[in-house]
Amino acid sequence: MTKQVRQLDRVVIRFAGDSGDGMQLTGDRFTSETAQLGNDISTLPNFPAEIRAPAGTLPGVSSFQVAFADYDILTPGDAPNVLVAMNPAALKANLADLPRGADIIVNTDEFTKRNLARVGYDSNPLEDGSLAGYSLHPVPLTSLTVNALAGFDISKKEAERAKNMFALGLLCWLYSRPHESTIQFLRQKFARRPEIAQANIAAFQAGWNFGETTESFAVRYEVKPAQMPPGNYRNITGNMALALGLVAAGVRSKLPVFLGAYPITPASDILHELSKHKKFNVTTMQAEDEIAAVGAALGASYGGALGVTTTSGPGVALKGETISLAVALELPLVVIDVQRAGPSTGMPTKTEQADLNMALFGRHGEAPAVVLAACSPADCFSMALEAARIALTYRTPVILLSDGYIANGSEPWLLPDIADLPDLTVTFATEPNGPDGRFLPYLRDPVTLARPWAVPGTPGLEHRIGGLEKADKTGDISYDPANHDFMVRTRAARIEAIPVPDVTVDDPDGTARVLVLGWGSTYGPIGAACRALRQRGLAVAQAHLRHLNPLPKNLGQVLRAYDRVVIPEMNLGQLAHVIRSRYLVDAISYNQVRGLPFTAAELESMLEEVLKNV
Amino acid sequence: MSETSVGGPGRLTLSAKDFKTDQEVRWCPGCGDYAILATMQSFLPELGIPKERIVFISGIGCSSRFPYYMDTYGVHSIHGRAPAIATGLATTRPDLSIWVVTGDGDALSIGGNHLIHALRRNVNIKILLFNNRIYGLTKGQYSPTSELGKITKSTPVGSADAPFNPVSLALGAEATFVARAIDSDRKQLATVLRAAAEHQGSAFVEIYQNCNIFNDGAFDILKDPSSRDAALIPLEHGRPLTFGRENQSAVVRAPSGFGLTVRPTSEVSPDEIIVHDETIADPAYAFALSRLPQADLSHTPVGVFRRVSRPTYDGLVREQIATAAADVTDREAELAKLLNSGDTWTIL
Repeated sequence: MTKQVRQLDRVVIRFAGDSGDGMQLTGDRFTSETAQLGNDISTLPNFPAEIRAPAGTLPGVSSFQVAFADYDILTPGDAPNVLVAMNPAALKANLADLPRGADIIVNTDEFTKRNLARVGYDSNPLEDGSLAGYSLHPVPLTSLTVNALAGFDISKKEAERAKNMFALGLLCWLYSRPHESTIQFLRQKFARRPEIAQANIAAFQAGWNFGETTESFAVRYEVKPAQMPPGNYRNITGNMALALGLVAAGVRSKLPVFLGAYPITPASDILHELSKHKKFNVTTMQAEDEIAAVGAALGASYGGALGVTTTSGPGVALKGETISLAVALELPLVVIDVQRAGPSTGMPTKTEQADLNMALFGRHGEAPAVVLAACSPADCFSMALEAARIALTYRTPVILLSDGYIANGSEPWLLPDIADLPDLTVTFATEPNGPDGRFLPYLRDPVTLARPWAVPGTPGLEHRIGGLEKADKTGDISYDPANHDFMVRTRAARIEAIPVPDVTVDDPDGTARVLVLGWGSTYGPIGAACRALRQRGLAVAQAHLRHLNPLPKNLGQVLRAYDRVVIPEMNLGQLAHVIRSRYLVDAISYNQVRGLPFTAAELESMLEEVLKNV
Repeated sequence: MSETSVGGPGRLTLSAKDFKTDQEVRWCPGCGDYAILATMQSFLPELGIPKERIVFISGIGCSSRFPYYMDTYGVHSIHGRAPAIATGLATTRPDLSIWVVTGDGDALSIGGNHLIHALRRNVNIKILLFNNRIYGLTKGQYSPTSELGKITKSTPVGSADAPFNPVSLALGAEATFVARAIDSDRKQLATVLRAAAEHQGSAFVEIYQNCNIFNDGAFDILKDPSSRDAALIPLEHGRPLTFGRENQSAVVRAPSGFGLTVRPTSEVSPDEIIVHDETIADPAYAFALSRLPQADLSHTPVGVFRRVSRPTYDGLVREQIATAAADVTDREAELAKLLNSGDTWTIL
């Protein structure tokens, strides 16, 4: 049977199932195949905090959304065109996000009376007509998989577990994806159990063949490769990009990297990844607590390493006192906060950007630190290098903000040439810098205002530093009022004076009267909303901050060039507060704290309202 | 960077005065810290380690002012965190001799977690805990080593907190070197410091230190010529544990339970008397020794309780790095390989 092939420019698929159904893996594999094909992609996993919530329940649903297109896309999509629901819970938890007409592929084997009752279905939605507005494809995924694997010497349970690969095979057929890398991947993953590898490959192929022969799918689709800048690409998550950026910072600074970390969602993957890269002189220490993690990192920095600590909001709260110490000691320190929904434990697997206030102000005393924010998964690589550059050059703690959305989300990353990465070479102090051969640990570089980095082991530069206020130049303990005033102002001034790139404005025809200002992971949804408005002939400008302290020097000028400034944030207006107080600009703060990224559609309709009223 | 070898070829000739700084020492007159500082300054030259390779790291409290007075590298850090900071430094810098100076509040209250984890990891740092059984710098509250019922500013009708025994705690935390010394006995203190310096791994030294302002005389029974001989049990490796002016007391196994006890030497046969062995692998022996002191501090062992060998955390970590890095000749090329790993594709 020859099937019709239809061209699409963009598809959003959501794989949803029980947290034990392997949906993250399925989504990852589909993404990888799609990337190979040259589509632009963006992904968003969504999983429960529970490792294995009771099977078949709503809290146990795990999903993975992937958007792919023949043009450059900015978000994983507001609403899926296709939902793969492995059980009734997955259907129920995700149905509300589906527009009418969307395709739903369900595993009918799981739609038993018991499973339906467990999630509160009184009747079977596959039969009661409630899904009439959708394009429903009922497929007995489990039994088809078990049948396909009848000849394998594996248990029924093992056969059933391969159903995600059957579903993946079907989707790969449906969207004309290649499949070589998945087969290779399965061989590698189950290298120690070849029969399981073979079974999974067979399930994958059975899914593909099922698509080819079944009448349930009359059409298959193609999405042509996107026009992207030439070069080598890989798909990357924000956490992976941060880890690689830190490795690169070590190589480019020729310093050992020391990561002190305590496991915390959603930052732990950075620790896991960095622990694999010892060959680059990267040391990872899983400390006894968040405080020890940052303390050890600072100790390593004192000794001449690049000290780094990675955590999420609750961890930053605990590290505050040590970050203040780093402010006083004026040593390099990179603190990465992968933000999650708070306060307190909040929703650890859900995203938010509500730690900005803490990053900017969350320390005792006048304790200025540099604050940066990555705007997309791939941007995390550059921002890790930027954090290291500023920390090493200016001898200061740098807080780099990411969040759960870009930490776990992925996009294609144009691989850089190593030679194009910034040179982070540092110079340690080796000679006394004061009169009579004295060493003055707080005598500053006239350009960077950084103090000398004199590491233990350097003869003749023995000195003591500490958290007590220090006299200018000598670093001796000082309670002198004028000195304290001077040192407080100097610490503030030296951070404020750090040169950061000007903020750029995306205002294609230069006629916009409204500027949307964002920071962090809202970059994608804001960009997609602006693009949609422009396609409808509405002019809107977008600017996005990656440096939050110090702010770009041209920011005030940029803000004043527009009649209205709108600041969408996944918090209650933390950047808006800074902008209003600092630039006296009456910015409109648009907020949403649902633990989910903005959808482009909601930003588009919000901005449309603003545009109407300018 | 090569590993620090202490007590090696002492070609370097430094003296106590080389370790003095230009900073005015600001402990209260009569404070036990002066004696400890003087002992440290006069003992350090023996190690033959150049000054620039010695680092003192402290937390907060009276004792933690110590680094300012030592002409080495030093960090006066924040309350309780010195062992954590020292761990990061020791892990990346094997060429340094790192000393943590802390107090009973700093190490056992606010920094308790870092202390026990540094000890269990056996990081190559030397931890000197100045125990005065009181909070000095905050002006006289009870500490985690103050005796039950202690009347202080914050406990006007007596403390309801049971105290820690720091030596027992360190042993419970798997410390490989545990010792006790007294501020006023400079010779014994220097002996213990020397042994600590020579130890590869975490060395924990509790130093009884008199706070003459808020807890004066806390250790008088161990210092007063009329009482000290009967109260102190000097620990010497390989020597039978007898003490008292006439060696009239002896340490023997307790008749019941699992511990040790003190009996008149005349009432026990010589082979019942415990011969001190710092190197016993089972910490139960050292622990039993640590439980000998009575509430009034009589029967307090001083010296090295335990000295055993175990791989250090920092050493193991560096070994992993060295093994992994052994084949890497061109780090930039290796980085390019890493970035280009996984599923990649090319757009022409």
